[in-house]
Amino acid sequence: MVRVDTLERTIEEHPFFQGIDAPLRALLVGCAANERFEAGGFLFREGGAADKFYLIRSGCVAIELNAPGRPPLVVETVDDGQILGWSWLVAPYRWSFDARATALTRAVSFDGKCLRGKMEADHRLGYELLRRFVPVMGDRLAAARLQMLDLYGPDGKGKA
Amino acid sequence: MTLARPVAVPAANPMLPVPLRIHAGRRELADTFTVELEPPEEGGFPFRPGQFNMLYVFGVGEVPISISGDPARPDTLIHTVRAVGAVTERMRGLKPGDTIGVRGPFGSAWPVAEAEGDDLVFVAGGLGLAPLRPAIYHALRNRGRYGRVFVLYGARTPGDILYRRELERWRGRFDMEVAVTVDRADPSWAGNVGVVTKLVDRARFDPLHTTAFVCGPEIMMRYAVAELEKRGVAGDAVHVSMERNMKCAVGFCGHCQWGPAFICKDGPVFRYADIAAIFNIREL
Repeated sequence: MVRVDTLERTIEEHPFFQGIDAPLRALLVGCAANERFEAGGFLFREGGAADKFYLIRSGCVAIELNAPGRPPLVVETVDDGQILGWSWLVAPYRWSFDARATALTRAVSFDGKCLRGKMEADHRLGYELLRRFVPVMGDRLAAARLQMLDLYGPDGKGKA
Repeated sequence: MTLARPVAVPAANPMLPVPLRIHAGRRELADTFTVELEPPEEGGFPFRPGQFNMLYVFGVGEVPISISGDPARPDTLIHTVRAVGAVTERMRGLKPGDTIGVRGPFGSAWPVAEAEGDDLVFVAGGLGLAPLRPAIYHALRNRGRYGRVFVLYGARTPGDILYRRELERWRGRFDMEVAVTVDRADPSWAGNVGVVTKLVDRARFDPLHTTAFVCGPEIMMRYAVAELEKRGVAGDAVHVSMERNMKCAVGFCGHCQWGPAFICKDGPVFRYADIAAIFNIREL
């Protein structure tokens, strides 16, 4: 059994939540839980209800896209200290990808439905969370665009 | 017919290629190969990390190729080449004992001496690892002179990782950190997937005492430099290797003019602070 004070310390010490004051942190802790995924286990599947986001404490998670007749394509990996999942913020709250642990993964999960309710009730919490998620979304979007460019291919003017 | 090994010192006449015999060649990737040339017996082929040579396939043409061997071993001259055009395709077909004309070495170098005392961050994308490898060799050969050493490398897929065995060997060392990521993979790949700039964010270097060397496609370099700046590395501690259409290699022909600079003689290695004003101007 994981104690709540351990969760609170994890959240307090993580750079993503830096600057969030104690009362708001307490709201977050109320929606948080520790989870563990064995290698090969899914954190979520495409099309499923996006009712959580995760702070990866250790391990590695592959974000995968499935297409019929071919192996899944890994488009990104997320590991220690990173935030996973923002579909819980955007209606209709469905996952767009699969997330599969590629190694034993420990994470703090946050109940998105619970948080959405708290954000509606307390806009300060909403602002604090959104201002942290927008850069994550922006970085991921920029990274995805870079990956689409196929920079290292023969047309990418690689060196040598 | 085999030629005697030449004794001429390269670059004595910068426009005159010196014929050097291919000692060995190997396939690196589907479209990429490495050629080892026999330098002149007398004095070998000294060069500085980051410099390039003009390699001439007789009767076909000449191409600028970075030197990718160990600068402390002038007895071997190594180039890693991607076969993308007529010259490099023909070069790929050459065998040990065949000769290539070599002019060089040309251009500026990674400032490895200036970086002593600093953490070193090498950020490479695709074939950009080849021009950086001499600087990495230098850092490892003089390991005590540097702080932490990071090699951050991005490739298209796991099958496109250049110098894979060497990266694995480096990764096994206790005195450096190597992180590799690919743009896309199937689930059999257990490593990172994502852009190489993501690795910059995770590397635990001291931004105030770091020198960064960046080489790869220009777009990748722009994002890598931005990420390094975001981490607090100053522009005068970041160095990039530029690439343009180099022909004469000595600043005569103007093909590689880039704003006020010629890549061949003022570069290819530039301090980012010196070129920041033109780095993002697409018309140049």
